[in-house]
Amino acid sequence: MTTLLGIVTLAGAVVAMAFRNLVHCALALAVALAGLAGLYLQLGAQFVGFAQVLVYIGAVAIVIVFAILLTRGGQTPRQRVFSATWPLGAGVALAVFSVLSWIILSSRALPLGTPPEPAAATGRIGDQLMTKYLLPLEVLGLLLTAALIGAVIIAMRERTDE
Amino acid sequence: MSSLHSYLITSALLFAIGLGGALTRRNAIIVLIGIELMLNAANLNFIAFWRFGPHPEALTGILFVLFSIGVAAAEAAVGLALIIAAHRHCKTTDVDELDSMKG
Repeated sequence: MTTLLGIVTLAGAVVAMAFRNLVHCALALAVALAGLAGLYLQLGAQFVGFAQVLVYIGAVAIVIVFAILLTRGGQTPRQRVFSATWPLGAGVALAVFSVLSWIILSSRALPLGTPPEPAAATGRIGDQLMTKYLLPLEVLGLLLTAALIGAVIIAMRERTDE
Repeated sequence: MSSLHSYLITSALLFAIGLGGALTRRNAIIVLIGIELMLNAANLNFIAFWRFGPHPEALTGILFVLFSIGVAAAEAAVGLALIIAAHRHCKTTDVDELDSMKG
């Protein structure tokens, strides 16, 4: 099951990065994010899995589709979709992956065993958010408010005064 | 190869795919999608280390991911608003053509 979810996630990511049509890319992104939510559920992080579904699939993917439609990107572009320096970018990505996987596979600091499944932690997440992490939670609320107002102001049609 | 290793390799692959897309695609919205994929790869790492680490009862990984999801939502909203503003000014979302500040 975990392998299947991983394959779905990675295939969605590859399709989102490779397709020409932007709407298809956004749909593939939603598939990849759903696969990640499934992986979170497999790992025992139910609350994060449902937050992923609500925030990423429910909000971010929809906002991306809106942006695609507002910028009239729905048609398939006729010219090439990759930039002229794409071999350089692909090389950088490949180098990053090789270094990361080399470090992961050669590290001796990683725990090898699988600890027992932690108990359902949603109640304790709420406790921690209201006690130890109260200040970060308030700061996050302020950040989201500022980002909301800022996004509206940036995307608002400016007046032509002159 | 333990289960933690496979999650970490999956996450590294997801990060590399997102990075490759963000560096090679020309459309600004796809670049933003690539950045979102990289953020999600980092989140998967946090959850995997929380699950297989020595102190899962501390909930540090889960709470970090929750805050990260919140910040990523704010980032996506502001980034897409910037893309829409740039499209209104320059009539394009192609990052190769948005080079009026190039020296």
